[in-house]
Amino acid sequence: MEVLDLVPVWTVLLALAVFYYVVFDGFDLGVGMLYGLAPDQSMRNAIMDSVAPVWDGNETWLVFGGLGLLTAFPLAFAIIIPAVYFPILVMLLALIFRGVAFEFRFRHERLRRFWDGAFCAGSILATIAQGVVLGAFIQGFKVDGRQFGGGSFDFATPFAFVVGVALLAGYALLGAAWLVLKTEGALQDWARRAGRLCLIGVLAGIVVVSVWTPLANAGIAQRWFSWPDIALLAPVPIITAVIAVVEWYALTHRYELLPFLGAIGLFLMSFLGIAISLWPMIVPYRYTLWQAAAPESTQAFLLVGTLFLLPVILMYTAWSYWVFRGKVRGDVGYRP
Amino acid sequence: MTLDPVLLSRLQWAWVISWHILLPAFTVGLASYIVVLEGLAFFTGRDIWLRISAFWTRIFAVSFGMGVVSGIVMPFQFGTNWSRFTDATAAVLSPLLAYEGLMAFFLEASFLGVLLFGRRLVPAWAHFFAAVMVAFGTLLSSFWILATNSWMQTPQGYKLVDGRFEPVDWLAIIFNPSFPYRLLHTVTAFYITTAFVVMGVGAWLLRRQRAPDDARMMIRMALDLLIVLVPLQMFLGDQHGLNTLEYQPAKLAAIEGRYDTVDPVPLTVFGIPDDAHATMHDDVEIPDLGSLILTHSWSGRIKGLKEWPPDQRPPVGPPFFCFRIMVAIAFIMLFVVAAGQVMRWRRRLWQSSRFLWLLQYTAPLGFIAVICGWITTEVGRQPWTVYGLLRTADSVSPSLTGTDVVISFVCYVAVYLIMYPTGIAVMAALVRSGPLAPGLPHRHEGGLPSQPFESAARAVPNSPR
Repeated sequence: MEVLDLVPVWTVLLALAVFYYVVFDGFDLGVGMLYGLAPDQSMRNAIMDSVAPVWDGNETWLVFGGLGLLTAFPLAFAIIIPAVYFPILVMLLALIFRGVAFEFRFRHERLRRFWDGAFCAGSILATIAQGVVLGAFIQGFKVDGRQFGGGSFDFATPFAFVVGVALLAGYALLGAAWLVLKTEGALQDWARRAGRLCLIGVLAGIVVVSVWTPLANAGIAQRWFSWPDIALLAPVPIITAVIAVVEWYALTHRYELLPFLGAIGLFLMSFLGIAISLWPMIVPYRYTLWQAAAPESTQAFLLVGTLFLLPVILMYTAWSYWVFRGKVRGDVGYRP
Repeated sequence: MTLDPVLLSRLQWAWVISWHILLPAFTVGLASYIVVLEGLAFFTGRDIWLRISAFWTRIFAVSFGMGVVSGIVMPFQFGTNWSRFTDATAAVLSPLLAYEGLMAFFLEASFLGVLLFGRRLVPAWAHFFAAVMVAFGTLLSSFWILATNSWMQTPQGYKLVDGRFEPVDWLAIIFNPSFPYRLLHTVTAFYITTAFVVMGVGAWLLRRQRAPDDARMMIRMALDLLIVLVPLQMFLGDQHGLNTLEYQPAKLAAIEGRYDTVDPVPLTVFGIPDDAHATMHDDVEIPDLGSLILTHSWSGRIKGLKEWPPDQRPPVGPPFFCFRIMVAIAFIMLFVVAAGQVMRWRRRLWQSSRFLWLLQYTAPLGFIAVICGWITTEVGRQPWTVYGLLRTADSVSPSLTGTDVVISFVCYVAVYLIMYPTGIAVMAALVRSGPLAPGLPHRHEGGLPSQPFESAARAVPNSPR
């Protein structure tokens, strides 16, 4: 009894969850990278404090994204995750180091430097690993029936690592923009300068990946450059260029919120670009969203709860951001 | 020697889940304890509750952080190592896991920030509310993850379509036969584990005369909880056993080390199981007692493992030994708690440094019992991932080679061997720093001071420092 097709609903929900994760854990992973480059200890403390109350909630969206994919499109989960066995391993271990560093660095004096390093290196490795997963996803996987049919190192191509580095610049830009928003004085100025460098890196990354993708993939090239698709797709690079100019302007003037919004805008356009290129595939070039979908009763069962709980979650997440609103205060964080 | 990806994946799973479960075993109970303390502080306004609560909240922050990061590893294991299990069961099991994320993880994560850092930023009632939400989150998490595990043990409410499980009745799936028993037994175990830690830490503080009022209060509260929960847990364990007898008789036979079907059944106290020859060596038995305990009648019949073909029998060793360790710990706990109450009644509890020493050294017993219980039920489920329906050997990701899993396993081992000792050292340092002195401005619970002069200000007045 086909009453309502839930696949589009879940596609939108999952896309929103992944995008939310990318923006929110993106900025706190980015903050983690900048942490290692910050000029002095007091700045590092302020950087850490700017994400201390929220990082845990942000990372929860990774779990939700993973479990959402598992529930709504289990076939995709069962094929993609084994295919990126090692990037996932690196990401999980890096997130472990990074996560416990919040707690350990202030309480383990002798190893403070080790955990400082772990926080920064963990953030970098986790980001590269996520970028590699994305790169591998765009490349596509060798599929054997309902299982991944390739080897565990198939993911490791130059293209995947380039996407990893591009994502590094992207998260660092989000992190710098977050610091512009949450800090003041010398640290804010430093974050602006860092942000401009990151922006250059991001634009370079977007250009390289955008040129490489159609060259490496005839299917995508055909979709991009055939009429009328090219007219429909053309706004994406144009809007991206406009946002890039605005972002540069925001980072060179005294705007506080605009750099963060601009960085989100750049991510949104990249996200849309990938989505348009791959639609309607969830296991690229093999299974569509509909072919990989869970039985309707599974999707419906979780949807009922999600539609009820997600607004509640967003409400209390907003509340916890509200509690810690404004500039970073010296007395809120992992030390007095 | 060829490397078997199935065996290695199982070892890797056992490694990451065993370390992970130690944290919920502690944080589920501790979150509820903090709610009680915060509630008492909120409604009575007495300083002592705030001090004890702040002390345990600092420790909670460390253990919870470790629980989060080691927990994120778990759902990805389903994909990386067990993709065929995932493909077969996702339609039934994944919503349960997703509900755990939706209901529990978000609740915990969002309110944790307020609990740890928000005492001076939000009204007192909101801070108390945050503590309640964190604890509620830990219990919801237990609910969903144990529903998932229980379905793997006693599946129902599904239909098989092309070798994959599809849902038919969600209530039947969630409230499957072993779930109520497993949920109560596990959550009670977590509370007991935490109470023993609280008692042990109280004893440690008291023996050094650090914050003695606070320490005595911790011990009193823990003893009062335990005198109810430890006997209750023995009853729940017995009920869980009856449930296992009904739904997973092969597991029960393994637990009892019973290869041959006999009645009445003796109780095998000890023995060396030999799966290859399906026999127990050097066994010590008490006649008839097995029937009484397992079936609650003197002549009850228990099927021995030989009733199942060899490829459907679980290994006997791990369930047999781990179950006996768990039961032994239960009796030690009962003795400690009963002795504590008697000494308290005769007003000799605080004077006996030997008993305080005992409390200190029995503090980790709960963790050992939890691990043993977990091994008993999980190894007892073998050779199946979904009991009787999906084999463990048919669950693993087909693309994995033994070498792949060796590499990842070694990485997990290395990282956990860095994280856990450091975490334990950090928590031990927090215990050593003791509850805060009254009258000092309340530090938020987030951390230790970074400056030496602040450390001095934290010392409790009657501490030797």
